[in-house]
Amino acid sequence: MQPLTNRAKKLEKKPMTLAERAYLPAIFQGLSITMRHFFMKKATVRYPEEVRPFSPIFRGLHVLKRDEQGRERCTACGLCAVACPAEAITMVAGERKKGEEGLYREEKYAISYEVNMLRCIFCGLCEEACPKAAVYLQADKMAPPRFERDEFIYGKDRLVEPVDPAKRSERGIQLTPEQAEALRNKMAQQPA
Amino acid sequence: MAKITFDGIEVEVPDGTTILNAARQIGGSIVPPAMCYYTPLKGSGGKCRACLVRVAAGSTKDPRPMPKLVASCVTPVQDGMVVENTKSEQVLDVRKGIVEMLLINHPLDCPVCDQAGECDLQNFAFEHGVSTTRYQEERRTFEKIDIGPLIQLHMTRCILCYRCVYTADQIAKGDRVHGVLGRGDAAEIGTYIENIIDNDFSGNVIDVCPVGALTDKTFRFKQRVWFTKPVNAHRDCPKCAGNVTLWYKGKDVLRVTARKNEYGEVNEWICNECRFDKKETADWTIEGPAHIDRSSVISANHYELPVLNQSVIADLPESTQRDLEKNPPLKLG
Repeated sequence: MQPLTNRAKKLEKKPMTLAERAYLPAIFQGLSITMRHFFMKKATVRYPEEVRPFSPIFRGLHVLKRDEQGRERCTACGLCAVACPAEAITMVAGERKKGEEGLYREEKYAISYEVNMLRCIFCGLCEEACPKAAVYLQADKMAPPRFERDEFIYGKDRLVEPVDPAKRSERGIQLTPEQAEALRNKMAQQPA
Repeated sequence: MAKITFDGIEVEVPDGTTILNAARQIGGSIVPPAMCYYTPLKGSGGKCRACLVRVAAGSTKDPRPMPKLVASCVTPVQDGMVVENTKSEQVLDVRKGIVEMLLINHPLDCPVCDQAGECDLQNFAFEHGVSTTRYQEERRTFEKIDIGPLIQLHMTRCILCYRCVYTADQIAKGDRVHGVLGRGDAAEIGTYIENIIDNDFSGNVIDVCPVGALTDKTFRFKQRVWFTKPVNAHRDCPKCAGNVTLWYKGKDVLRVTARKNEYGEVNEWICNECRFDKKETADWTIEGPAHIDRSSVISANHYELPVLNQSVIADLPESTQRDLEKNPPLKLG
């Protein structure tokens, strides 16, 4: 057959030497590589008992923030949902009733706010779109593995941050350059 | 007939046409924005100053430029007039100032407002304004007025364009019940607005309002407009023409509005029965999806037939054919 290119190499098949026929040197060579790997640094960690250090700008699990007075910031404007490229966010808006001024910041609030973590690609566009500084991707939390698909649809019960400021995620906020620097220093001191 | 040059484009229009309407005959991006002018409403225009243009030459007889910028919606054309809109640095600069003026007392509560996404002021500010504000004083507030179960009045959002006043005048047929009270900063759309609420066509003030001052109470906080899909439909209505746009979310009709043209103007008023009571698909004959401009946020996730060769597809639905004739798709190549 006419070769298509002139790059074809002709290989010569030489008869094997005695050492090659015995196979043992090759076996020991292969085993030595295996043994060397026993003592090398491991590439994996024992997740979930062990967690890798996060970057300070890591985009993890969503959080719905409260303001200084503990009122929910989200006003269900829908900008996060329209910005979402994966269409992971849905919400239902409602009108704040009299007496609920301490619960919700604006006249309108989200009765339900759901993020489908299976659809979410954690791009952070919702965070960027939010005009009320309500939704953030936390830098220190991931959506944990679960057994059922419906457990990945996070409602307000799991998204809104706790009322007690002490229990809130320290890093689920947009950091100023100084804060980010301080956080980086703090993380550098921690053992990896 | 008068021949004018608008942004370097010549157009011939009948005498007495306003500069704005002459520009609209050319169409496209050179058309000045209008917040208060509304073609079907007699007497509207000249209030918001959004449509200011520079007249570089008054007419053939007197080719001196006009000393100040003029409101194009109320200034009639003259033969030989030369008008500058997007070509004039001064006009674009002044328009930024107009945005700032209109926004001085506007609460900027777009995340809460139901008009967001189809708001003229939002589009106007986005296209012509600056993204910061220099205003630090307190914005004006009003006591809340409840004007019934159908229409929601937010006086804080009002930009005093007078469109609803003229609409009320027109539908109430001389029995004037609606107006603007107070002067300057204290001016507000009159409380007599309650009196036209019983009118069969009162719902049209929602459609004419360029901002979120008058919104549909039955649609209040139901859904953001960009998550609903507009569908043209009609029904046999004894009171009005019955041509409307239905706004769907899933299978539900959340809102019914009149049909608007590309400048956001309603051509046929619709009655309150069509607007507020007929919210079942069974009440309507569906014509097909309403055309939404690509630049609008409502067109996000809203799919229209793309470039297509009509003659190849033999049995296109009638509504699609009609739509394609009205808005011909882009031709490739």
